[in-house]
Amino acid sequence: MKKSLFTVLAVLLIAAMFMAACGGAATPAPAPAATAAPAAEAPAATAAPAAEAPVAGSDPAVCTACDDPKGCVTLAANDPLHIAWLFVVEGADASLGTDTKRGVELAQAARPTVAGHTVEVTGENEGCNAEGGQAAGTKIASDPSVVAAIGTNCSSAARAAIPLLYAAGIPMVSPSNTAPDLTAADRPAEYAFYMRTAHNDTVQGAAMAQYAYEAGFRKAATIHDGSIYADKLQQVFADKFKELGGEVVAQEATDPNETNMGPMLTRIAAAKPDFIYLPIFIAAGGQIASQAKQNPDLANVQMAGADGVFSPDFLDAAGDASLGFLWSSPDFSAFGSGYQDFLAKHQEKYGEAPLAPFHAHAYDAYNLIADGVEKSAVQCANGSTVIPRTALRDAMLGTAGLQGLTGNLTCTATGDCADPKIAVYQGMSSDRATWNPGAADDSNPKKIWP
Amino acid sequence: MYKKFRRRVTGTQIVMWIIGFLLLGGVIYGTVHTLAAGAYPPRIWLDLIVFGLAQGSVYALVALGYTMVYGILRMINFAHGEVFMAGAFIGYFIATALNRAELLERYFIPSQLLIFIGAMATSATIAVLLERIAYRPLRRAPRLVPLITAIGASFFLQYTFRGFFGSGIKSYPEPQQLKGTITLLGITILKTQALVIVAAVIMLIALLIFVQRTKTGRAMQAVSEDKDAAALMGINVDRIIVITFVVGGALAGAAGVLFSTLFRQVFFLTGFIPGLKAFTAAVLGGIGNVAGAMLGGLFLGIAESLFPNLVLDGLGIPAPYQLKDALAFLMLVLVLIFRPTGILGERLATKKA
Repeated sequence: MKKSLFTVLAVLLIAAMFMAACGGAATPAPAPAATAAPAAEAPAATAAPAAEAPVAGSDPAVCTACDDPKGCVTLAANDPLHIAWLFVVEGADASLGTDTKRGVELAQAARPTVAGHTVEVTGENEGCNAEGGQAAGTKIASDPSVVAAIGTNCSSAARAAIPLLYAAGIPMVSPSNTAPDLTAADRPAEYAFYMRTAHNDTVQGAAMAQYAYEAGFRKAATIHDGSIYADKLQQVFADKFKELGGEVVAQEATDPNETNMGPMLTRIAAAKPDFIYLPIFIAAGGQIASQAKQNPDLANVQMAGADGVFSPDFLDAAGDASLGFLWSSPDFSAFGSGYQDFLAKHQEKYGEAPLAPFHAHAYDAYNLIADGVEKSAVQCANGSTVIPRTALRDAMLGTAGLQGLTGNLTCTATGDCADPKIAVYQGMSSDRATWNPGAADDSNPKKIWP
Repeated sequence: MYKKFRRRVTGTQIVMWIIGFLLLGGVIYGTVHTLAAGAYPPRIWLDLIVFGLAQGSVYALVALGYTMVYGILRMINFAHGEVFMAGAFIGYFIATALNRAELLERYFIPSQLLIFIGAMATSATIAVLLERIAYRPLRRAPRLVPLITAIGASFFLQYTFRGFFGSGIKSYPEPQQLKGTITLLGITILKTQALVIVAAVIMLIALLIFVQRTKTGRAMQAVSEDKDAAALMGINVDRIIVITFVVGGALAGAAGVLFSTLFRQVFFLTGFIPGLKAFTAAVLGGIGNVAGAMLGGLFLGIAESLFPNLVLDGLGIPAPYQLKDALAFLMLVLVLIFRPTGILGERLATKKA
């Protein structure tokens, strides 16, 4: 009998471990936008061998036999042009995905026809984790009608989805992945079809470190949640802060599902920081911010997050702790002239201000794809349109001087297309109804740097 | 002498001992190192223990549900974490409604009672429905069958709540009365923690009295001892089983309210990790044993809060709190290996299993 008890417990244990593993997997690890690397550093990749211009009378060769290594998409005269998104539209980080999805929808409304075809947009939830990215990537890669993809929101999901879309020859533009290695010079070959309109975190982390040092903080602590996004971002921050002459007194980590932050914060308090940088996500970020205020040693320490918590949902999660909280995020005041117009349309269509920082990057991603399609698409005599997949990728990566909402977009050879301008914002109210960071004046949060 | 020894000790046991000694050595080494370094004043250790007690009280209340059902039915009710989550949700709905009507702060104590009663009643109802629909038809089935059913029921409840109330995180209102700290016996603790610890202790004592002193409680003990004999003595076994689920569910509902008071966030997976932890606590204490579940819950809460800083810090592991969950489940593994009956589970090994 004892033996059978042991067997049952062993089975339970295995089940428990599986469930724990699944639970851990489901944890959001979104890596929202990072402003693009300075365009000047990596001037446009050599312009794509743009698609052959259709020659009147003689049909281009690609119309009869596709010679593109990744194949071609052929659209009959009335076929829609299919673009897919991979965003996190459910769960704690849904505001991030909903925000970018709305950016795509507004871009589509402004430019419904590309290369003579109506654009059709579909999407998959990427869950802000590797499993979600795998599932969404598999589904989209298996659909031969998809010409290009916009996504993912989270860098962890991007890692899983990128190889799948590469195999299918679908170029992907992310409006909010900011992890530096996605566009690093030594990225794997299968990242060749990946690019982003979001800033690179090497810019974002350094901006916050610069601000913190200039504002007089000298002893910083950082907290990450094990996601690629948070871990890299806090490291960039810590390196820059030390380089400037500050001291990093603690680098802690938690789990994105954790609720009891008190013990970890007690430990951090013992290191006596004057600044805590927590570039993580909303659920855990809210817990840390509000529980730190309950710790008498940390109540007056300045706390700061990054674009992952730049959302009205964070005001709910953190409560009063969001008053005075700092965020690094794209500098909306530096956005192109079309941005105020975009905000007006957003308000009109959805009845609220944008929920996260990456709507404009998604808008630009759509236009980057549309321009690439127009450059690479080949019109055939029978009225159909052929889009060679590699030529499309080349055309997109060859983007130079695209006037987008987020600035002047030029892609580097490794896919950094953003025009990164980072600002630091401060929370003025914990009421989510007041959330409007893009407002010309009287905004909440309020831009305080640079 | 030596021969006798050889016969009783197997190779596996020796390997186990070595592993055990290594772990124990690591724990002692880490602890001594941390304390010798003296980087943390005594107040910090006290704070960590209070954090652990508050979290552990919640674990203990949930663990009781696991352990009572196991004691009587010899099955793990894996959907119990979701019963807890339902309590947190109902507590959230009542608290938000009261807050909107501006009654939450004006009538603080009646509001809290209403929240607790509502959450406990709903959770008890869900627990009873689970028993009636998912477990009773399988009472004579092999042990693995109700276990798998319980996991299915758990997913069913999670995704039902997600379907009804969405996947976003809901933030639990925080009345003015619970903000700030109070000082008890020279120890400063958060008011929320004080509420959680006091409420949990009251419920734990009430439960012990119920189980040991009342007729129904003794009938529960009799059923857990031997169902058939209890039936022959005139105990209505079905009724006792339902009462067990009611009590376990109500405690989980109360734990749900306490949990959301502490952490102010509720969503459809709220019950998942705390449920697993409470199960761990029940096994640590000796599953089937009511006092063991209480002890296991408090022990696990304090261990999670204290050990990363006390042990892992001394071992030179960076950012030790990310290993909190690993530590909790490692303890589960160790208990299963070295003492499958748990801390207080001797009787179980000989009589029931």
